[in-house]
Amino acid sequence: MSKFKKDNNKDTPGISTASLPDIVFMLLFFFMVTTVMRETTIMVKQSLPQASEIQKLEKKSLVSYIYIGSPVERMQTTYGTKARIQLNDAFATVDDIPQYITAERAARNEKEVPFMTTSIKVDKDTKMGIVTDVKQELRKANALKINYSTRKAVQ
Amino acid sequence: MARRAKGASEINAGSMADIAFLLLIFFLVTTTMDVDTGLARKLPPMPEEEIEQDDSQIKAKNIYVVLINSNNQLLVENEFLDISQLRAGAKAFINNNGRDPESSDNPQKAIISLQNDRGTSYETYIQVQNELAAAYRELRDASSMKKFGLMYSDLSKRQQKEVRKEYPQKISEAEPKNIGK
Repeated sequence: MSKFKKDNNKDTPGISTASLPDIVFMLLFFFMVTTVMRETTIMVKQSLPQASEIQKLEKKSLVSYIYIGSPVERMQTTYGTKARIQLNDAFATVDDIPQYITAERAARNEKEVPFMTTSIKVDKDTKMGIVTDVKQELRKANALKINYSTRKAVQ
Repeated sequence: MARRAKGASEINAGSMADIAFLLLIFFLVTTTMDVDTGLARKLPPMPEEEIEQDDSQIKAKNIYVVLINSNNQLLVENEFLDISQLRAGAKAFINNNGRDPESSDNPQKAIISLQNDRGTSYETYIQVQNELAAAYRELRDASSMKKFGLMYSDLSKRQQKEVRKEYPQKISEAEPKNIGK
């Protein structure tokens, strides 16, 4: 019977924390791998409209972004409140779009060019006029795959 | 054995966890898990001068005209329509199959023509695009449910193609104009 004798007099041993660094490292690597650093500072208002029929944007490396909206508040003193186009890190005009598309294409592998998508991120308070102009420029530049960036509608 | 005998002191790894935590918190804070979503569309190529008389070959009854003016009001087939009714209206038009002689012959021939003003708000435009896409999605779902007993999104690539052939999404956007100031 002495085999099953409880040794009550001993304190419960503390939980070993030796594997804690391993666990933390595991989490760390997960977040390091998944993290995407934002490359551009967005200078236009971006409150996207909502839609229910949305599709995920695949292959982020093949996506070029065009931001449209009125400048954010701290920029309004210099740039006014009229809707503007932002390409990369700077404000641009409609005429800069073909050049931008060409640059984006040159940065990718030639084989991948047909799969390139242009994601148009437009603030919901923008008028369609500027969006139409952008679309016309994209048609001229033969960048026909587009994606109107929207958020998922909560219903 | 020999190494231990040398007595080279080991580096204290006790603070490793702290350093790892620090990095972990940094990446936790900077990480954004958002996936970019949106309405995918394909723009028509710029028209070439040779193919201009193409429009005349499409019968007017096969075109569902949706106009949006600068006050974000909808004019559908010459009637005012609320955006909430657009989905049902578009579905009835696409799936008419010749029942109503004034509406489309069949889903393959049905074309939705969308025109907007330069002053239309982007939000309304997206809502309209969304409703039209939803109309097509619902029709495709109904068709694939009947044929394969599955929702359209659960079908295989080949089956999806079959359903897409039955209900091709034809949304045409006119060259920009100014409608109703």
